[in-house]
Amino acid sequence: MSVPKDAGWKDVPKAGRILEPGCAAKYETGGWRTYRPVHVPENCINCLLCWVYCPDMSIQVENGRFKGIDYRYCKGCGVCAQVCPGKRGNKALMMLLDEEAQGAEGDTK
Amino acid sequence: MSIRVAKTGNEAVAEGMRQINPDVVAAYPITPQTEIVQIFSSFVANGKVDTEFVTVESEHSAMSATVGASSAGARAMTATSANGLALMWEIVYIAASMRLPIVMPVVNRALSGPINIHCDHSDTMGARDAGWVQIFSENAQEAYDNLLQAVRIAEDKNVLLPVMVTMDGFIISHAMEVMHLLEDEKVRKWVGEYVPENPLLDVDNPVTVGPLDLYDWNMEHKRQQAEAMIQAKPVILEVAKDYAKLSGREYGLFEEYMLDDAEIAIVVLGSTAGTAKEVVKALRADGVKAGLLKVRVFRPFPAREIAAALGGKKAIAVMDRSDSFNAVSGPVFAEVRSAMYGVENAPKIVDYIYGIGGRDVTMDHIKSVYDDLAKIVKTGQVERALTYLGIRE
Amino acid sequence: MATLKELSNKEILVTPGHRACAGCGFPIIIKQALLAADNPVVVGCATGCMEVCTTIYPYTAWKVPFIHNAFENSAATVSGVEAAYQSLKRRGKIDKKIDFIAFGGDGGTYDIGFQSLSGAMERGHDMLYICYDNQAYMNTGIQRSSATPRGANTTTSPAGSESYGKKQYRKDLTEVMVAHGIPYVAQGSPAMWNDLVSKVNKGLAVEGPAFMAVIQPCVLGWKYPADQTIELAKLAVDTCFWPLYEIVDGEYKLTYRPKEKKPLVDFLRKQDRFRHLFKPENEHIIAELQAEVDRKWDALLAKCGEQA
Repeated sequence: MSVPKDAGWKDVPKAGRILEPGCAAKYETGGWRTYRPVHVPENCINCLLCWVYCPDMSIQVENGRFKGIDYRYCKGCGVCAQVCPGKRGNKALMMLLDEEAQGAEGDTK
Repeated sequence: MSIRVAKTGNEAVAEGMRQINPDVVAAYPITPQTEIVQIFSSFVANGKVDTEFVTVESEHSAMSATVGASSAGARAMTATSANGLALMWEIVYIAASMRLPIVMPVVNRALSGPINIHCDHSDTMGARDAGWVQIFSENAQEAYDNLLQAVRIAEDKNVLLPVMVTMDGFIISHAMEVMHLLEDEKVRKWVGEYVPENPLLDVDNPVTVGPLDLYDWNMEHKRQQAEAMIQAKPVILEVAKDYAKLSGREYGLFEEYMLDDAEIAIVVLGSTAGTAKEVVKALRADGVKAGLLKVRVFRPFPAREIAAALGGKKAIAVMDRSDSFNAVSGPVFAEVRSAMYGVENAPKIVDYIYGIGGRDVTMDHIKSVYDDLAKIVKTGQVERALTYLGIRE
Repeated sequence: MATLKELSNKEILVTPGHRACAGCGFPIIIKQALLAADNPVVVGCATGCMEVCTTIYPYTAWKVPFIHNAFENSAATVSGVEAAYQSLKRRGKIDKKIDFIAFGGDGGTYDIGFQSLSGAMERGHDMLYICYDNQAYMNTGIQRSSATPRGANTTTSPAGSESYGKKQYRKDLTEVMVAHGIPYVAQGSPAMWNDLVSKVNKGLAVEGPAFMAVIQPCVLGWKYPADQTIELAKLAVDTCFWPLYEIVDGEYKLTYRPKEKKPLVDFLRKQDRFRHLFKPENEHIIAELQAEVDRKWDALLAKCGEQA
């Protein structure tokens, strides 16, 4: 919820009620990350396990297919890469040191 | 106009609850409140109300469920006494901070220990800083009248705070007296429809209530809560005025009994006011300028108004039916004397702690208080700032 | 049963931007539970990691109506919300079908909120209580609860020269809830998403109260690398430490039977909260823990009418 910086006690909803559903999405947790998952499309079978297990709702899916990783929120836990079955033993998600992975192939930022 | 009946305080309050016909009542039995729960259960069982009655397993859950129901958008009530109030303590504060217009009759009983089932005010006095509006009643009629008014006060847009309506355990709750009930239809119309703010059940506009509110905004929300209590005072008076039109019975923040020209007076809450009024009458017959101030609204505390009413008196005794164990006084004394600070020619003011654990308070006890005050006026000396009335020395 | 592809077309009703630790298990549980709902849901939550991390003012991660009241009263609070719903529906003020979920951690469920939960279940409110069971008071810094397994090192049952960690076996709350005679009780694991989604769906669909205990690996409290959350939630099931079963109207049913029952050490070894058990002087505890898992597993198989 947007609470203007100059708001006073009379300006905010009563009792700390938060009237804008899901506004935590305005708070980006990507800065917590040390490692980042990087997608390797050729190994992806679109099983969507990464999507259902990501604790930070950071795997984007469109029409039932992997679309990308929302690095604004991804905390780099590595669960997605861990659960990824990949193809023939090659995972479709790899964890790379965040700064090194910037701009690496598959970076969907 | 109204219906003349003989009712106990508990029966009167249960009738009031039936007429209010709340959406949800969640309550747990405790002496001396039990009858309210029993009678209301029979209303539910016989289709006299549409209320969803939640037979919780404790007072903690009573207040928790009431908070849930009120947050959901329901008009919600509960009722309790003493240890029951103490068990719900944590949630009593939460109800106020969540700004929920819950109405709760509290049948005053001594808070353990040692365990005791009889009247004193230690239960509700302990909750005086919980953020609830607190209205005290002298008799069953007042308990009923206060209950109906409490709904309008609590739900007022400028208030939105929970309200406790108290009555003295056994003395009021179990004593039969002649009183007047209003007609059901009249009450329902007067109380009106409840329109909740940001209810949980409005699933199209999802709200989050009770979030983690740290140092960044917590103080602003508490300031809002403080403001609501300030706003409650004029609202209580407006509601009382409107209720007088309906019932013919008038209420203020407190009642002044032969106070105008009085030189000595006592400040008292609850049923003891009835006893004390008889003493005042007798003293007046003897030519003693005695008076009485009965506090009806303890939260918000009408400090300015009380100071104005007691300003010109010579000596005042505050009657405390609970102890603060602060080695100074009871809680009512602390409030009243604080209100009198800075008043020109302020009266001498002393405290009496009385009626603890249901200890009987007789006209003779009250008479002795006025005698003490007369002596203070005569000598200009206060011998004892605090007296335990009727104690075995 | 919906496929992941189908589920992925549904809106996820909890957002990112919550402050749970990297790799935390509970957001996965919330996500799967809310995906399972067919009707609008109102959620209540006990004080604890879930509430603290998802509703730091002025932010909320919830896209459904949400109430937090206190620590020990999630069930009582939601019972009040549900009572309000029944009342307002009867009075014609609401016509929608709405479902109710109360969340609580193991501390808020097994311990301090136990009475509130028992009362709400006994009264028969139409609600689903989901305990996210991370097996200790994680929000206050890993203190033991009655859900903490025997032998675990916590800050109030620390392992030391004279101690192997918590002395007592964990309370079997799932069985206690079965004894309430409510229409639906189940155990779930976020690692088995299809099982969990289907159970939440059933729990919401039954008329009356439903209870689910869902195991929730905790990176900080169990002390393991953050990427192992699902792996541990799976190992808990495959070692039969945390069997997946349900009780519908008193009938036990095993909903998942591991092809091969893995030894308990596979689960223990991955968590530093059990590290001290691998010292020679404590190894007998591991043997005892295994024996207890075996005993309970065999008893469960019998109840479910399964071959041992």
